[in-house]
Amino acid sequence: MDVNKNSYTLGFAAVMVIIVAALLSVAFIKLKPFQDRNIELEKKQNILSSVGINVERDGAEAIYSTYIKSELVLNNKGEEVDGIAFDIDLGKEIKKDVNIQLLPLFISEVDGATRYIIPLRGKGLWGPIWGFISLEDDLNSVYGAVFDHKGETPGLGAEINTPMFQDPFANKTIFEGEEFISIAVIKGGAAEGDMHAVDGISGGTITSVGVHDMLSERLSMYLPYFAKIKSAFVVDSIFLEIDSVAIVNDSIIN
Amino acid sequence: MSKDSLFSKKNIKLLSDPLNDENPITVQALGVCSALAITVQLKPAIVMAISVMVVLAVANVLISLMRRLIPSRIRIIVQLVVIAALVILVDQVLKAFAYDVSKELSVFVGLIITNCIIMGRLEAFGMANGPWESFLDGIGSSFGYAWILIVVAFFRELLGSGTLYGYPVLEKIGLYETGYENNGMMILPPMALITVGIIIWIQRMKNEKLIESK
Repeated sequence: MDVNKNSYTLGFAAVMVIIVAALLSVAFIKLKPFQDRNIELEKKQNILSSVGINVERDGAEAIYSTYIKSELVLNNKGEEVDGIAFDIDLGKEIKKDVNIQLLPLFISEVDGATRYIIPLRGKGLWGPIWGFISLEDDLNSVYGAVFDHKGETPGLGAEINTPMFQDPFANKTIFEGEEFISIAVIKGGAAEGDMHAVDGISGGTITSVGVHDMLSERLSMYLPYFAKIKSAFVVDSIFLEIDSVAIVNDSIIN
Repeated sequence: MSKDSLFSKKNIKLLSDPLNDENPITVQALGVCSALAITVQLKPAIVMAISVMVVLAVANVLISLMRRLIPSRIRIIVQLVVIAALVILVDQVLKAFAYDVSKELSVFVGLIITNCIIMGRLEAFGMANGPWESFLDGIGSSFGYAWILIVVAFFRELLGSGTLYGYPVLEKIGLYETGYENNGMMILPPMALITVGIIIWIQRMKNEKLIESK
């Protein structure tokens, strides 16, 4: 058989392409459920880890509902809307106009402390980066942050998913007084005692800038909601004061 | 098929030559790009070495089995399709059943496709030899690639980050207290090239076969 005839060459190419395409499609379809499951578990694991609960991926499912008390979907006015927060694909949402974006928010309760977990999504050097940042119930101090990435360079940008990069976020604050500052990721290192900045990664500048931009962009979307919650606090405390004044008055009258 | 026994002298040479005389990186200058990119730390370097070994050995055998059927005009395309299909398959399987490993490898799984060592060996060896020899050649070549990768990664991680396989060696032996600091240059790609250069230098100094006649 002459393997160099045009007809043979064309036939060989056609058969090869069909076999390979069929093989890969079958593999993809059969493996997809397993892959999706891993991704879902990892997301739960990351959400838990942002509030300091570290579990193996396989164990995340079981304790997720113990700690994550509610999942909200917000619009950019800070109003609650219908939807399932966990299923929102931020990668798709951030491409939409800001006015129609859906903002997922997770609220956790660990040992009596309420913390707000905000999912993040942005651009790294080679592809998307994402993460979760948890705020204390003052909606100002950071409790913890986790980041991950699709394909940042190992040893450089990929270091954003290590404790070395993530731990310094704890106890930073995102507001200065009433003004929203976010948290800066600073090349060459944040100044000692700076409450709004952490160290960037040497050799991973573009990824660090990506984290920086992601934080300020994503957090700023939640400002209307924060304002609402905070004014609710104020109203609550005013009511408390009125109550106590009333009690004092009562006691004086009596 | 040759009548040699499975581990004849000739076959053993297929395994041992790439370690030194015919090293893919230092002598044939193949796969240098990946040697620069993933040698910042030992762990990805080792995982990459193992993945390249699997893909190269299997692809070499497949191409060798098909070598009489492949039309010579599209042989490079055929080789590329075989490599790419294998790599995608490995990637999908890892994502489903070894998620952590697949995260560790991230982009490099895809980069295996572009590793010139694989194409080079398929074209130079798999196309002309039997499956068993091709398998040995694949394993040998990837070992040659692996040890360079691991040596480079060893020095870059130790001097650049002060750790080995993530373990903080220098911190444990208390070197930082004497005023020592990590060399940030080692993390950057140019130092990988220089490290590979030093290995080539030492190798050429020791190995007389590699010294060019004047």
